Amino acid sequence: MANDVLLRGKDITRRWGGLVAVNKVSIELERNCVHAVIGTNGAGKSTLINLLSGEIPLSDGSVELLGKDVTGWTQPKRARAGLGRSYQRNTIFPSFSVFENCRLAAQAKHQKGWAWWERADRCSVSTDSARDAAHRAGLDKLMDRTAGMISHGQKRQLEIAMCLATDPKVLLLDEPLAGMGAEETERMLAMLDELRPDHAILLVEHDMDAVFRVANQITVMVNGTVIARGDPDFIRNSPEVRVAYLGEGH
Amino acid sequence: MDKSKGIFVALVFMALALYPFVGGGGYGIDIVTKIMIYAILALSLELLVGTTGLVCFGQAAFFGIGAYAAVLFSGEQGAASILWLLPASMLAAAVYALAVGALSLRTRGVYFIMVTLAFAQMAYFVVHDTPLGGGTDGIYLYFRPTLGEKLKFDEPLVMYLFSLGTLVFVFGFLTVLLNSRFGRALAGIRVNEQRMRGTGFTTYPYKLAAFVISGGLAGLGGALFAIKDGFVNPELMSWHLSGAALMMIILGGLGHLRGALIGAFAFLLLQEFFKAEAIFGEFAKHWHLGMGIVIIAAVAVLPRGLVGLPEVLRKRLAGSGGGESRIGGLKSAQGGAK
Ligand SMILES: Nc1ncnc2c1ncn2[C@@H]1O[C@H](COP(=O)(O)OP(=O)(O)OP(=O)(O)O)[C@@H](O)[C@H]1O
Ligand SMILES: [Mg+2]
Repeated sequence: MANDVLLRGKDITRRWGGLVAVNKVSIELERNCVHAVIGTNGAGKSTLINLLSGEIPLSDGSVELLGKDVTGWTQPKRARAGLGRSYQRNTIFPSFSVFENCRLAAQAKHQKGWAWWERADRCSVSTDSARDAAHRAGLDKLMDRTAGMISHGQKRQLEIAMCLATDPKVLLLDEPLAGMGAEETERMLAMLDELRPDHAILLVEHDMDAVFRVANQITVMVNGTVIARGDPDFIRNSPEVRVAYLGEGH
Repeated sequence: MDKSKGIFVALVFMALALYPFVGGGGYGIDIVTKIMIYAILALSLELLVGTTGLVCFGQAAFFGIGAYAAVLFSGEQGAASILWLLPASMLAAAVYALAVGALSLRTRGVYFIMVTLAFAQMAYFVVHDTPLGGGTDGIYLYFRPTLGEKLKFDEPLVMYLFSLGTLVFVFGFLTVLLNSRFGRALAGIRVNEQRMRGTGFTTYPYKLAAFVISGGLAGLGGALFAIKDGFVNPELMSWHLSGAALMMIILGGLGHLRGALIGAFAFLLLQEFFKAEAIFGEFAKHWHLGMGIVIIAAVAVLPRGLVGLPEVLRKRLAGSGGGESRIGGLKSAQGGAK
């Protein structure tokens, strides 16, 4: 499959007052590629995801999604165009059922807000993609549970399922494995392998074993800047990375 | 809504339909008509507060504009048809809601509450201090509207049954609306607007539409109120009424349409009770005090409102079982947080 660039960030910069949380970061996410972004706490990884997804405005730089300049687009518009994201801190609908969490996410693609007389759960396109997404994330047995009452690891799975339910082309995943057990981690890595062929995936993750297993490309960030980029072997053997990051963390 | 709740609501509406024929006297019919109209106001507010999570403190403005519009549109020439008078009054309230919503929805939290209050106060002073609304004295409705040849709204029974029909219609409409994709999106916005935007919902138009629908429904209630009383005055737009509407839905239980219904009845019947000189004599003048105490007590005992009453009773009846399940709940909450 062709390795075309689905999301491109150019010179992405974000300042919070005097602090430059993300400093001229350029990144390309290709189809059929898991691109991991690693870095110390506070390196700016989550901020980078927020900037790419449009959750917060850029101080500088530009974002291109599926060949279109989306720098001026709002987050919902980018999401509808195929940009899905998950959150580092669970951002679910705790009072809704697991299924309804997924269904509502899927509904974003088939909004029809004016069809006030049609029951939401009769929209089979969105119920189907909700079931499919929940299945992929391993939540089949929990569909009717209240989302706020499931375990932390299961909430992490739901976080991913909601992202998948919108059927995105580009996935920005913020520490999806944090808080997951060994079995769930395996499932998640297998799922990433499965999604890889026709998605572009950005994976922010602290679990280095997982990163080195699943990533095709790795970008290392420290204090808002990119200090190294390359395939897993290159990163593993890079002296700068060892000093700046792996050395401390391990 | 599951079955038992649907049956409960159907029974309430059936009882209301029978009431005038099984002993509801003139006074009773008048009070219940008034309560049903306020229940429409409470339902309209529930759409904003309980469903969408927008705490609007200016709902009385929409109610009042509907009421004034009904009187002003009726004119002095003869009876209007209710078939256009009500939609026209709703439209007037909805247009105002569109303007208020468009501006107030740019703010959040406490500021949102303040801005909706400020807009309602503006509307209040417009009718209070300009000739348009007849000033403090208000204006009289010269001719009550008619529906065809036969139905004249001067007759209390006609007014009663029509108000009931409208209430059932509003309740049914909102029930369908809340189960639609639009309604589910509003609920999602209440629970987690950030995630809604993250998944691709542009939330502003949803909230604005909720505002306009809510304003229109409040206006419908207001128009009925004007037709019933044959008279409007600025008090219909005062913040007291906005506050009362909020108390109705809180007392009844936020997040449930039947909560608004129950809350309106509970609130206004309590008010009648504490205002009754036959019971309280001189003290009836201080009815606010009694109301306040009962409402505070109700909120303390029933944090989820009157709709939570059956659950609280069930736990009480189960005795120690209630205590155990509370501990069980804590355990599972800790499990979730680990
Ligand atoms: N809303 C904000 N206002 C001010 N500073 C912020 C804000 N959000 C993030 N920052 C700062 O930006 C920097 C980058 O934070 P970010 O959350 O992107 O780091 P991260 O790489 O995701 O870290 P972690 O691995 O801990 O998740 C940090 O110094 C943080 O304190
Ligand atoms: Mg982070």
